Formats: sequence, C-alpha cells, structure tokens
Amino acid sequence: MITKSNPDDILIAGIGITPVGEHWSKQLRSLALEAISAARRDAGELVPEAIYVANSLAPVLSSQTQLGALIADFAGLRGVEAYTIQAAEASGGAAVRQAYLALQSRQIDVALVVGVEKISERPSAELEDALVMSGDADYEAIHGVTTAAQAALVMQRYMHEFDLPEDAFAGFCVNAHANGANNPLAMFQRAIDEKKYAKAPMLCPPVNMFDAAPIADGAAALLLTRAGVFPQTPAHAQVRIAASSQATSTLALHDRPDLLSLSAASDSANKAYRLADIQAKDIEVFELHDRFSIFAALSLEACGFAERGEGWKLAQDGSIRPEGSIPICTFGGSKARGDSSGATGVYQIAELCLQLQGRAGGNQIPNVRTGMAQCLGGTGATAATHILQRVDDS
Amino acid sequence: MQLPRHWRLNKQRYALEGEICTHCQAKIFPPRDICPDCGEAANTPLAFSGRGQVYSFTKVNQPPASHEEQAPYTVALIKLDEGPTVTAQLTDLDEDQQSVEIGIPVEMVTRKLYSDGDLGLLIYGYKFRPLIEHA
Amino acid sequence: MDQTRAEPSIYQPDRKVGIVGYGSYVPRYRLPASEVARIWKGGGGTPIQEKSVAGLDEDVITMAIEAARNAIKRAQIDPAAIRAVWVGSESHPYAVKPTSTVVAEAIGATPHTLAADWEFACKAATEAFQASIGLIGSGMAKYTLAIGMDTAQGRPGDALEYTAAAGGAAYVIGPADESLAVFEGSYSYTTDTPDFFRRAYEKYPEHGERFTGEPAYFKHITAAAQTLMDALGTSAGDYQHAVFHQPNAKFPQKAAQILGFKPEQIQAGLLSPKIGNPYAGSALIGLTAVLDIAQPGDHILLVSYGSGAGSDAFSLQVSEALTERRNRAASTQLYLERRTEIDYATYTRLRGKLILK
Repeated sequence: MITKSNPDDILIAGIGITPVGEHWSKQLRSLALEAISAARRDAGELVPEAIYVANSLAPVLSSQTQLGALIADFAGLRGVEAYTIQAAEASGGAAVRQAYLALQSRQIDVALVVGVEKISERPSAELEDALVMSGDADYEAIHGVTTAAQAALVMQRYMHEFDLPEDAFAGFCVNAHANGANNPLAMFQRAIDEKKYAKAPMLCPPVNMFDAAPIADGAAALLLTRAGVFPQTPAHAQVRIAASSQATSTLALHDRPDLLSLSAASDSANKAYRLADIQAKDIEVFELHDRFSIFAALSLEACGFAERGEGWKLAQDGSIRPEGSIPICTFGGSKARGDSSGATGVYQIAELCLQLQGRAGGNQIPNVRTGMAQCLGGTGATAATHILQRVDDS
Repeated sequence: MQLPRHWRLNKQRYALEGEICTHCQAKIFPPRDICPDCGEAANTPLAFSGRGQVYSFTKVNQPPASHEEQAPYTVALIKLDEGPTVTAQLTDLDEDQQSVEIGIPVEMVTRKLYSDGDLGLLIYGYKFRPLIEHA
Repeated sequence: MDQTRAEPSIYQPDRKVGIVGYGSYVPRYRLPASEVARIWKGGGGTPIQEKSVAGLDEDVITMAIEAARNAIKRAQIDPAAIRAVWVGSESHPYAVKPTSTVVAEAIGATPHTLAADWEFACKAATEAFQASIGLIGSGMAKYTLAIGMDTAQGRPGDALEYTAAAGGAAYVIGPADESLAVFEGSYSYTTDTPDFFRRAYEKYPEHGERFTGEPAYFKHITAAAQTLMDALGTSAGDYQHAVFHQPNAKFPQKAAQILGFKPEQIQAGLLSPKIGNPYAGSALIGLTAVLDIAQPGDHILLVSYGSGAGSDAFSLQVSEALTERRNRAASTQLYLERRTEIDYATYTRLRGKLILK
C-alpha cells in the first residue's frame, strides 16, 4: 500500500529510546532528558510547543507529581505547556493520542511525547502495591491481588474454557526472546526455548516466570509534527499516524461482561481501522501489549487476528514470528526488551516507526508499510491504539 | 490510616450489600448510582446471599507489601448466585482434603482482610470458603 | 438484734426468659498436644488431645460474627430487633473499640442497639447472660445477643499452652414463649481470688498452678451450682445434662463428681479433649453441643467459671421448639469434625508469636 504525503498528516519526526533496565544512578528527569535529546537530534532539533509525559508511577514510587513542569524545566524547555497523561500501562499510547489531537487542532505545530518510569526506586513488594492501583482499590487491591494474579485469573479461566495444554503460551516468550536477541537496547538478549519455558517456576499459577514481562526503568521519546511543518528533506523515511484511538472497559476485572474478551482493545482497534480505512488483514506488524502472555493472546483476538480462544495458536504455529503472517514484539516486546509501565506505549510506537522506516536493524521485517501499536491499562480497562503508515513520495 | 475510606464500605464488606436496578432488575455489586446495563438510576439496596461459585482462582506467593504477612493466599473471582462476580480471597482451604477447582460452590464468611500495621485499623470483609455442609 | 445474714436469693426475672437461638464456631486448625510436648518436653503425658487454633484471618470478631449468624439462623428473628449485642472475651482485638460494635454492624443489629464488651476471664460471656436475663426479664428489650468467644494465648512452654484454644458460641436470648430452652433461675458467686490474671500490656497471663484448683475453680463452681440447686429444690439427678467450664478434661469431671453428677450427664457438653479450652467460649460452646442433642423437657445445668474469681450458674429446661430449630444451622459436631492438623511451627505463625518487624 503506497501512501502519499499530505500536509495535514501527523508525522513522527524523531525517535529517542533508552535501554530498559535498572538505572540506579539516573534520576527520572535525567532519564527523560536522555530520550528527549536523542529524539530531538533525530528530528533535526525541532522545538516542541507542548510536552506530553507518559508516566503512571512517579507520584507513588518517587513522591513526584507535576512531571510536565519538571521535565519542561529540566530539558531546557521552560515555559512550554506540559502535562502528565496517565492511564496506567496505556499512558504511552494515551500521551501520543493527546499529542495527535493537539497537532490536529493546529494550535500546536510540534509536540514532544516522552514516556518515562523509574521502577527501581522501591523494593518489589512495594512496587506490587503501586502497580495494582490500576485496578479497583476498594474491590480488587484490598483483597491482595497483584497484576500477576489478575493475569493468572484470566489465563486460568481461558485455559479452562478452551481446554488448553500447559505450554500453550510458550510461543510468545520464545518469539519475544528471539527478537530481543537482535535488539542491542533490549533488557534480555538471549533466546529461550520451549523446554526452558516449561521448566520455569510458577508466579501465580498458571502464569509462570516466562509468561510475565520484567519491569524496569526506561524512557522513550517521540517528536511529532504536521507534514506541512516538517523540513522538506527529512533524514529518514516519513511515517504518519494513520489512526489514533482510545477506548475504555470496566475498571475491575470482575465487572467484565466477558472475562476473556478485551472489549476496550477491540473497540479501540475497530475505531482505528475505520479511521485508517483499512482492515485487520492490512496490518503487517503489531506491537501489542505483552506484559503477560495471556494479554498478547487476547489482544490478537480482540484486534481481529484470531477467533475467540485461538489467539494462542498464532504463537504455537509461528504466525507471530518475523516471517509469519502477523509479526509481534519485533524488538522483543515487554517480555525481552523490557516493560516500563507507563512508558511502554511510547516504546511500542517508537519501535513500530523504526520498522516502517527501515531502521530496525537485525529485527527488520522487509517492506513493511502499515503497522499497529496498542497498549492496555491494567487488565484492559483502557486501550490506546495507533496505526502507522510509511509515507512514500515520488 | 484511611479511616473514612473503609468505614463507608462497611455494608458492602460485612453484608455484601449491593443494589437492584428497579428499571431492568439487574443485580449490581458493588452499588453504583447508574445501572451499567440500562443506564438508569439504580439505588435500591439488595443484600446478596453470599452463595456463589469459583469462576477462576490463583495463588499469590509474591504479595504486595500491604499483604506480605498473609502470604501465600488464594484469590478468586466468585460468581455470586444472583449474577454479579466479585474478587475475593478464598479461605479455610485444606488442599489435602479438597482442592480448589473452577465451579466449586462457596459461601461468604467475614474475615480480617487487612490490618493497617500494628497500630492501625483492622479491616474486616468478605472472603469465601468451600461450603461446610450441614443437615 | 442479731444481724443474721439473709439466705442468698437466686436471680429470677419478672418475665420468663430463654434461649431463642444458639450458634457455635470453632476454627479448623488443630494443634496436637503432642506437638507442644515435642518442643518443650520431648514427650510425656498431655492434659488433652488437641486444641483449636484460629487461622491468620480470624479473631474474636470474625468468629463471633459467624457464631452470631448461626444463632440468628436458628432464632429466625430480624437482627434489627436485637437490642443489645454483648461479647465476652479475654482476647478482644482492640483494647479500646468494642468487638460488639463490629459484630452488631455485621449482623445488621445497628444502629438501635446497646453494644458492649464484657470481661471476667472465662466467664465474661455468662455475665452477658445474666445481664440479658435482666434486660429482657424487666421488659426493657425483647432480644439480646450474648456471645462468648476467645483466641486464648498461652505462654510458649507453659502448661496452659497445651489447652489455650479458640472458639465459642452465640446466643439469641428472648422471651420464654419463643425459646428452645427456658431459664428457670440463675445465680452468681464471686470473691477476690487471684488464681489467674494478666496485667495490662502483658501478652500472657500468670497463674497459680495448683492454687487454681480447690480454692478457685472448685470452690466457686460448686458453691454456685449448689446454691442454685438448693434454691430451686433440685439435685444432680434432676438434670439430664450438665456443662461446666472446661479448662481441661479433668476439672469438669471432678466438679461433676463432687456435685453428684454421673459421667454420662456431662458427656455431651465435654469438648475440651477435642478442642482445648476456649476460655470465655468454653462453657457456652459446651452448652451448644448439649442443645444439639437434648430432648424437649430435659433439664440442663450450666456453670461457668472465671478466674479472679467467680461462677455463674444457670438452670434451663428445653422446650418443644428445640427439635426443629436446631437443624437450621451448622452443628457444633460439624465444626469439631472440620479439622486440619498443624505443627508447632505453623502454630507460632498463626498465633503471632514470630517477630516480623
């Protein structure tokens, strides 16, 4: 599919990514600046007029609010309008959406989105309390559920209803790690095979250690602008946002009319397909939410790549591999590249953009033109979806 | 210490008091002011019986800091007989005598959910256990 | 003129009062006495077989709520009609904030009710019985809820650690014409006898070993029982069942013998070999086991004992209503049979004896 440029297109002009890891010596503001500086260099030093910070945990883990002003101040952008956009693990996609809307309004010509999280500030048990705040505080968290337990409740029911074998989800981990091995910025760069998955210790049955993404510090930044504003001779192939959408579902897992259906993900994806005037089959690469393998399977189903109860088969039969029909997590995903909670959505879009620009190095999928990125908040209460397309002129 | 936060939920925590929507008869727990099914105002109290079935469950071995003293414990989604599903711990389990399975009937009991440290409020509320049969 | 002391009169209210509903609760965990012996003695005789231990998420409040719900199921009354909720215990979860308020809220008796916690060692709950008889017998209220429940603590390695247990029972008390068992009369015998006590802020009690026997337990139980029976013109042979406070297996058996009761008369209510001594719940839960099998017309003698010291004695007669009503909730036998054996290590965790902070 060839897409011609249009001056109203919202383009991703610059990308900056830091590795996900335990950045003990870096403050949140410094980590953010690293990503911002890289993105600005990549964009030919565009100056943002608005900053959207994607962050979920700083108020709880770092006792820090008002990140918009903090980062504007620290990044040499004092005075620029700035906000934090928070939708738990969908913060990244949600922040890109706000930037997109602002650019479409024409009141803003250049927007900076920076996703940043400092996870390593607290012991893991305290982190668990912070993470589960994305659920219902009075009717879920009070009972001691963790995000892993919530994923396990869904996965347990899924495996029960569809009568699945124990290692049904192994393919997600194998794919993620195989791709992570080619990503120099990935947290884990070593392949894992099915045998290792089968022997992995249990976290919350049936979720085992390799069904769950590692979570650590990270920052990723994007500079967005309208095509009419962008310099005439861009350094890289242009990528436009063909669709941006967001939808919500019930906050609490127990209120879902169908526990095994991510309605926010399907509502958001269907809206995006309509806006981009395409169908699921036109998506050539999908950076999906793989914080837990069950959500990867359900995301594939929600977005029309598999029937209900069959998402896991796409992992089993290799469809999700780079050479398959619907490659996912091409840079390692949350599982191998590393998850950074509210920042992950920005990583996904950055990586998708690199794919479409032909800058994905060892993870490059040949000739991709159209891709989708989707991040989910909590157990799927929020879904933010973006469809990106490579723009070919001449 | 979050005193009002927990106090205002006493009826829900002790007696599973929810609502029935007088327009469409949907049974709602916990109570909310707008019926999620038909969108009309829903305010009529309804106490659920506490009977239900295990819809899904898992064991938590790596608890959040707030619940460290309780680990390991089992959490579950319980489908109440009247319709709504709730999240709660399962208690009084002896897995040698009866393992937890999806579909087993359970009943509500009132137990200590959480204690806000040694000095803080004791918060009581619903958990569920496999039925103890009686004649 | 000589000031001769008047004969003590027994307590008999203007309106007759009885038990409208009853319910018990015992947690499922059991610590064999042999486990305590293994750690502290390396073997040797034990005063009971095993004792009940509360789970991590249980305390006097949670157990009282379940017993109360069982009692209300049997009574079949609207909990809003209960005008006093009284819980007697030696292990109330708060030093200040009554167990009774949480129980009252949980069972739906609030807000139009009295609530208070009672305290007199192991007879804290029968204090609530006496007060209930007064409140109802005077016409001030129709129903009360009197509960005896404990999660008793014994100092590690002490003799009491073998027996200090968890459990108890709840009683809906109301008018005689609605009762499954009617109070014929009651009596209390009290002295300042320091056989067993616990100072404020101390975790474990002190006890006088053999001093807790003859001048304490036996003196008060026999005085209370004998005075009541004399005033009613009855003797041991007139009762089908007797329930005494049960700190172990031997004491109630000996008290029975002294008062002229045969072993079979105390058999139904003798639970200490199976669950140990749940302190303020002991006599009350023994009574539930009797009510679970008693027949209409039976007479029951209930005598509690609280260190410090005192005894409350009650004479009851079972009515026709018991036979149908007792099947409405879980029997005490069901709770006794519900059993998960634990070892001493698990017990130390459940009883909060590990320093976690």
